[in-house]
Amino acid sequence: MNANIYRHEFRTRLKSVVIWSLALTFLVAFFFSMFSVFADQAALMNALLAKYPPELRAAFGLDNMDLATVLGFYSFIFLFVQLCLAIQASNYGFGLVSIEESELTADFLLSKPVSRTQVLTSKLLAALTSLTLTNLVVWVSSFAAIALFRGERDYETRTLLLLLLSIVVFQLFFLSVGLVISLLVKRVRSVTPYALGLGFGSYVLSAFSGVFGEVTLELLTPFKHLDAASIVKHGAYDTPLVLLNVAVTVASLAVGYWLYIRRDIPAVS
Amino acid sequence: MSVIEVTNLTKYYGKARGIVNVSCSVEEGEIFGFIGPNGAGKSTTIRLLLSLIHPTSGSAKVFGKDVVTHGPEIRRDIGYLPSEVYYYEGMKVIDLLKYSASFYDCDCTQRMHELTATMELELNRRISDLSYGNKKKVGIVQGLLHSPKLLFLDEPTSGLDPLMQRKFFDLIRAENARGVTVFFSSHILGEVQRLCTRVGIIRDGSIAEISDIRTLQQNNYKKVRVTAEGLTPASFDLPGVTNVQTENGTVHFFFKGDINAVLQKVSGIQVTDVTIEEPTLEEIFMHYYE
Repeated sequence: MNANIYRHEFRTRLKSVVIWSLALTFLVAFFFSMFSVFADQAALMNALLAKYPPELRAAFGLDNMDLATVLGFYSFIFLFVQLCLAIQASNYGFGLVSIEESELTADFLLSKPVSRTQVLTSKLLAALTSLTLTNLVVWVSSFAAIALFRGERDYETRTLLLLLLSIVVFQLFFLSVGLVISLLVKRVRSVTPYALGLGFGSYVLSAFSGVFGEVTLELLTPFKHLDAASIVKHGAYDTPLVLLNVAVTVASLAVGYWLYIRRDIPAVS
Repeated sequence: MSVIEVTNLTKYYGKARGIVNVSCSVEEGEIFGFIGPNGAGKSTTIRLLLSLIHPTSGSAKVFGKDVVTHGPEIRRDIGYLPSEVYYYEGMKVIDLLKYSASFYDCDCTQRMHELTATMELELNRRISDLSYGNKKKVGIVQGLLHSPKLLFLDEPTSGLDPLMQRKFFDLIRAENARGVTVFFSSHILGEVQRLCTRVGIIRDGSIAEISDIRTLQQNNYKKVRVTAEGLTPASFDLPGVTNVQTENGTVHFFFKGDINAVLQKVSGIQVTDVTIEEPTLEEIFMHYYE
C-alpha cells in the first residue's frame, strides 16, 4: 500500500461520495416517510397489489413483501438502495485503473517507484473507503428514518442488521467485477455506460429471474444473492448464494491483479 | 559501467511491430541521442525500459538490474519526461509537483522551487488552465525534482518556445555535468547534434546504427561540392561516392573513403569552386532513411 496514492485516490472521489450519500439519504428518508400511510392502509394496499399481474409483482419482489411491516416496507426501499450502490460501486470499479489510462495520467503514476501491486492495492483500498463511507451513511439514515417514521410498529433489529451488513459484500462484488471487466476490454473510453450497464443489467436479470422463476438467472446476479425480501422473510442469508457471490468477488480480484501486473499501458494516440 | 543495457529487446503489440531485436548500451554520464522518425519505436523502447509495457522477448537492464523484475527499485533514480504530457486536470501545479515528490525519499522542496523559477512556471494555476507548453514545463520540473541519476526525455522540446528550449538544454547540460546520464529521444536532429555525445538511429523498429556523433560526422561521410564547366555525374564515378546530384553545373555528392581519391579527380579538372565539408546530422540521417 502506498499512502500517497491512497490519499490522492480518496480525494479524487470525495465529491462523488458526498453526492451519492446525499442521494441515498434522501431516497431512504423520503420513501420511508410514507411508511405510516402504507401501514395504515395495509389491507387496501395488499388488495390493490393483488390486482397487478404476478409478473410485475415478481419483478419488484413484491410477492415476498408485506408492506405493512417495518422491514417489509424497508426491504422494498432497500432494492433501490442496492441499485444505487451497485451503480456507484461499478462506477468506481470500472474507473479504478481505466480513468488513469483514458486521461493518460497512467504514465505519470507508473513511472514512479511503485509496483503495480502497490498501485492497485492502494486504489482498491481508497475505493473501498469511499464505498464504506457511503455504506455508513446508509446505516445511519436507515436507522434514523425507521426510528422517526415507524410509529408504534416493532421490528427485529437483527434482521435489519443482516440487511445492512450485506451492503459491503454487495459493493465489493460490483467493485471487483467492474475492475476485472475494465481490464479485459481493450480500452474503456467512458466509465458511466459500463457502470450503468453492469448495475442495471444485474438488477434487470434479477427482476426477470423473478418473472420466470428460473434458477439459473438467480446464480448470476447479486440482487438475488442478497435478495432483501428473502432475507427479511427468512431472517437469514441464503448461504450458498452468498458464498457464490463472495467467490466471484475473490476470483475477480485475483484475476484483476493478474491482469494489471501484466498489462501494457497504452501510449498516447 | 553501463547504465542501460538492452539485449535483443523485442516488442510486438499483438501482430503490430513495436521494436525488433534492439540492442544497445548507454554508459554512465553520457547523453545518448535516440533518433528516428515517428513510429520507428523510440517511445516503445523508453516505455519498455520504464516497464510501462512488457517485452515480448529479450531483456533490458538499468543500473544493472532487470527492468521487469526490479522496476520500482530502478524507477527511484529515474526521471521521465513523456512526449505528450497529461496530468490530473483538476489539480494545481503545486499539488501535482508535491504528489510527484511524495514518491521519493527526499526533501525536494528546494529543488522544486529552483526548477519552477528557472522554467518560469506559476505554481498556483490549475493544470487544466495551462497551455501545452506550460504543461511541458510541469513535466520537466516533475521529471527533475528528485535529482534522478538517469533521465528519459522523449521528444522533450515540442511545445517549448526557443528561449525555453535553450533554458531546458542548459538545465540538461547542468544535470549531465553532475553526472546524470541522459537518454534523449528525438526526431529533430539539430538538437541531438547540439546535446548528445553518441547517437543510436532507429528505423522500422530496428537499430540502423549506433555511433559516436563525431565519428558519424567526420569519419563516415564528407559532403563534396564541385563547380566546373561541363561536369557530369559520371565525372565522379568512384567507389564510395553516393547521392550524386547535379545542379547548374555544380555536382554534389557524399563520399566515404580515402578523400585523396576525390582530390586527385578534382585536380584533373579546371574548377571554379570546391567545398568539402562535414555533412549535418540531418543529411546523414536522410541518407540512412533512403
